Amino acid sequence: MSAPAAEALVEVEAIHTHYGKSHILDGVSLRVGPGEVVGLLGRNGVGKSTTLKTIMGLVRPSQGQVRLEGELITGLPPHHLARLGIGYVPEDRRIFRLLTVMENLRTGLDRAGVAEARKQALLQKVYDYFPVLAERRSQPGGTLSGGEQQMLAIARAMMLEPKIILLDEPTEGLMPRMVSQISEIIRVLRREHVAILLVEQNVPLTLAVSERVYFMEKGTIRYHAAAAELHAGDAVVQQYLGI
Amino acid sequence: MGIPLDLILIQTVNGIVTGMILALVASGLTLIFGIMDVVNFAHGELFMLGAYFGVLVLAATGSFWVALVVATLMVALLGAVLQVTTLRPLIGRDPLMTILTTFGISLVLQNYALWQFGPVARKISEPVTGHFPLFYLEYPVYRLVIALLSAAIIGALWLFLKFGKYGIWIRATMQDRVMAQAMGIPVPWVYTAVFAIGAGMAAASGVLFGPMVGVHHAMGLDWILRAFIVVVVGGMGSLGGSVAAAIFISLLEAYASIWVSPAQAAIVSFVVLILTLLFRPTGLFVPTPK
Repeated sequence: MSAPAAEALVEVEAIHTHYGKSHILDGVSLRVGPGEVVGLLGRNGVGKSTTLKTIMGLVRPSQGQVRLEGELITGLPPHHLARLGIGYVPEDRRIFRLLTVMENLRTGLDRAGVAEARKQALLQKVYDYFPVLAERRSQPGGTLSGGEQQMLAIARAMMLEPKIILLDEPTEGLMPRMVSQISEIIRVLRREHVAILLVEQNVPLTLAVSERVYFMEKGTIRYHAAAAELHAGDAVVQQYLGI
Repeated sequence: MGIPLDLILIQTVNGIVTGMILALVASGLTLIFGIMDVVNFAHGELFMLGAYFGVLVLAATGSFWVALVVATLMVALLGAVLQVTTLRPLIGRDPLMTILTTFGISLVLQNYALWQFGPVARKISEPVTGHFPLFYLEYPVYRLVIALLSAAIIGALWLFLKFGKYGIWIRATMQDRVMAQAMGIPVPWVYTAVFAIGAGMAAASGVLFGPMVGVHHAMGLDWILRAFIVVVVGGMGSLGGSVAAAIFISLLEAYASIWVSPAQAAIVSFVVLILTLLFRPTGLFVPTPK
């Protein structure tokens, strides 16, 4: 399953992750190419979010390796990984609720070595994509609606100018109009050559925006295919996701 | 019994002055707790060391203001070193470990001061010696200077937290340290910086308060207890809450000591503490939690 390291942006090799005594990830391997959108599907509790957390350095794997552009990054602290170009949009969004929209964005923007003009350009870009964030820039993050918070979480990760964004269930609990907006922003990011590892319950959306999909079951990858070859009703999809 | 209006006004001034110093000690303590979840039992000793460094620098330079600045910076640096060497290795461990650690640091520092400086209290002379009439009293101007300086330091901290780049990092870390890390904020260094800032603020209050009491190795004990009460009543981790609680409690104590002895008046703060814990354990001066 593993391809030559040179062409992978992120390469996960046989990681095992434990929470206390429970074995959550049991040898997960996957890779995401530069600018590639990859879906990670599976039922609840199979370890999709833990895979993202392990890549982000929020959970330390007991075995296995994670590489970014061929460099070993296993065990590096999350703030270091963020600076290396991994953006993280967690499942529950985790907006800094008492910080304003602008301050939320500044947490990613105030890095060393970013010139003021570059900051303004980055802000302008997300304000163009998400005009509602520009309107609410002085409002505390906690006062935004669920969909607006999701936009803010994605916009905040974009402030890091990441090479890849780990996107965990971005459409969960959103109205249909918001869902189509989220899939639109995923396409925009792909055009800008930002890779995305997308964990989703929404299978049609995942198949529509992804180039490849992995299916997880019981803490490991069971199946892997090009998204174009699959449909939401396929037997293999039903096998890993059906109830 | 008639209410002595002049006494009430005098005690209002006294309460605000003590309250501001207490707020300065407590705001460092609450900041450290809010960011790091560390209950810093060594805070009183950082206050005491600040006063001693103030004594030493004052003797060497003859300037109280130089002493204030240098002592603050020295203790801030000491705080950073203490955090890196003793607390950083405990990140992610049982909070009880950090309590034991800071308690241990407090004992070490206290006994170091006793060994180094001896049991006799030192004096810091007031940098401002004037008095102004307040009813039948000649009220020392220095006390007002303390209140104003404390307010200025707390105000500067607030501005830094509100608008500074690192201030935003600190507030982001306070709200969600995991997400702060994922946004590239070097949380371990935020912890160190916050501990240093808290230590420096404790030292500044030690130097400022030095002229009003003697400087001795156990001077932190009294303050740390009161600062803890303030932090709990104000809502743990809330800067504004701590300032409000410090002034509130100091005013109550000041008014109470019109009728009872100051030692008995101290009971007031415990009563406030107990009532807070019983009826509003998240703190009196913070918005109702949702």
